[in-house]
Amino acid sequence: METDEYCIKQISVFSENKPGRLAAIAKALMEKKVNILAFSIAEADGFGVVRALVDKPEVAHSILSSLGFNVAFTEVIAVRMKDEPGGLYDIAEILGNAGINIEYSYAYSGKDGAVLILRVDNSKDAIEKIINLGATLLKSSRFH
Amino acid sequence: MTHYWNPRIETMEISELEDLQFRLLKTLVYRLYSFSRFYHDRMDENGVHPDDIGSLEDIRKLPFMLKKDLRDNYPDGLFIAPQDEIVRYHVSSGTTGKPTVVGYTEQDLNRWTESLARALSSCGMGRGDVMQVSYGYGLFTGGLGLHYGAERIGATVLPASVGNTERQVEMMIDLKVTAIACTPSYLLHIGEVAEKMGISIKNDTRLRIGVLGAEPWTEQMRERIESWLGIRAYDIFGTSELSGPLFTECKEQKGIHIWGDLAYAEVLDESGNEVPPGKEGELVVTMLQKEALPIIRYRTGDITKVERSKCSCGRSHARIHRITGRVDDMLIIRGINVFPSQVEYALMEIPEVGEHFQIVVDRKGALDEMLVRVEVKKDSFSDKITDLMKIRSSVEHRLKNSLNVSCSVELVEPGSLPRFEGKSKKVIDARKI
Repeated sequence: METDEYCIKQISVFSENKPGRLAAIAKALMEKKVNILAFSIAEADGFGVVRALVDKPEVAHSILSSLGFNVAFTEVIAVRMKDEPGGLYDIAEILGNAGINIEYSYAYSGKDGAVLILRVDNSKDAIEKIINLGATLLKSSRFH
Repeated sequence: MTHYWNPRIETMEISELEDLQFRLLKTLVYRLYSFSRFYHDRMDENGVHPDDIGSLEDIRKLPFMLKKDLRDNYPDGLFIAPQDEIVRYHVSSGTTGKPTVVGYTEQDLNRWTESLARALSSCGMGRGDVMQVSYGYGLFTGGLGLHYGAERIGATVLPASVGNTERQVEMMIDLKVTAIACTPSYLLHIGEVAEKMGISIKNDTRLRIGVLGAEPWTEQMRERIESWLGIRAYDIFGTSELSGPLFTECKEQKGIHIWGDLAYAEVLDESGNEVPPGKEGELVVTMLQKEALPIIRYRTGDITKVERSKCSCGRSHARIHRITGRVDDMLIIRGINVFPSQVEYALMEIPEVGEHFQIVVDRKGALDEMLVRVEVKKDSFSDKITDLMKIRSSVEHRLKNSLNVSCSVELVEPGSLPRFEGKSKKVIDARKI
């Protein structure tokens, strides 16, 4: 199975946990006309990691790096969910049955429906299992 | 009536004491010139010969010793006693990662103990007292120094060391402790923990004396400790290079007696000249009788002033005022000396973080807390929070190992720490002492 087309490039940005840091990141992306499709903040004691799916990951990476941010690309996958009660349950059950361990996850509900974004240990293995169990994965071309 | 541990020495006329100091100095200089390659060369470089020492004032002709000299001659290059004469080592962390080692002959330990026996007696301690020694035991000189000093005068020693504060309070009550040796901030912490346990140190314990030091404190802190805890609090001075804690105030609380037969204290200005009486300067100490690691004109880096007149307690030995600061950037965290350069050296060994840092020291309740901010390097940044947490705990662990004091670490963005603004921005000391 061709799994690469389902691997989506997420940008991860190290940020101190203090006022104004998110604004600095968002402003830089705005100025380069980078659209943010989904994002989340993971926080630890004193610092955090801002994770985002954007339409132009390369542009986002280079502008944030040039501003001195620690930026990394991380591979994630996106699963289509029904935007109704039980939508998350359907997907979570599939992941559980397939024995897929989630490192972290966040979701968004857009005009085309709801999407669950997953970071897993082994993307290729997870992609195969999820497709085989009948769930729908979004191709990276949908994002960028 | 004043009780002296060694009345002949302690109440000797000043002129007689100065004669004794001169003889000891002259002997010391000959001994070093003969047996210390290091100090022999240093005297030659400075054009001084032992024959040039014809009076006590001639001590000013002698070259200084610095902490750097101990570090450069790590571990035992400055010792002049053979190893089989040395009965103990103590080790303190150095300024750049390399520690400082002090060796003691049997006589060195004996004199160190004698010094504290006189000092503790001058605070009104003796047989019948129970002293809780809540300084750290081990490589640090505080615990063992006070331990043997208190035993020498016949007091009962409770070697409590630092930590487990609730238990310290329980032992203080159960074993009828009358005196405690620790840092002033730790004693305040003990007082606070006791109150939380529903115990008043003043009313529910027999504690009457605190021998407090190893960190800067003030008269205001003394007043607070004395009135709140119902004790008399005495300042203690010493540093490992000189042996360890050595000298305390007497009951008069008018300065710390420097036993003149053991040590000669000078207070110097920045250019190395003696300051006028009553003025502050750097304390420079010569240990007149140390055998294994002789110390001549050691620049302690501590700022104080000296008083050479006879004390109203009857002791003729010079007194130094409480230490008011440092000539360098050394910090004292919970009684442990920390140089910012040690942090820098430790960070250089850790590939995941940059070499820039910022130290923030504050006091939470009574205790010091040290925070070190470091930058995560670009190539070690991971999207995984757990990886970042691992970097942080590994930096905390390495710093603790090299500083001998625990600190917390904050990971910050690369380029965000001050770079060229100098030392004032590298260390923020927010403690109000």
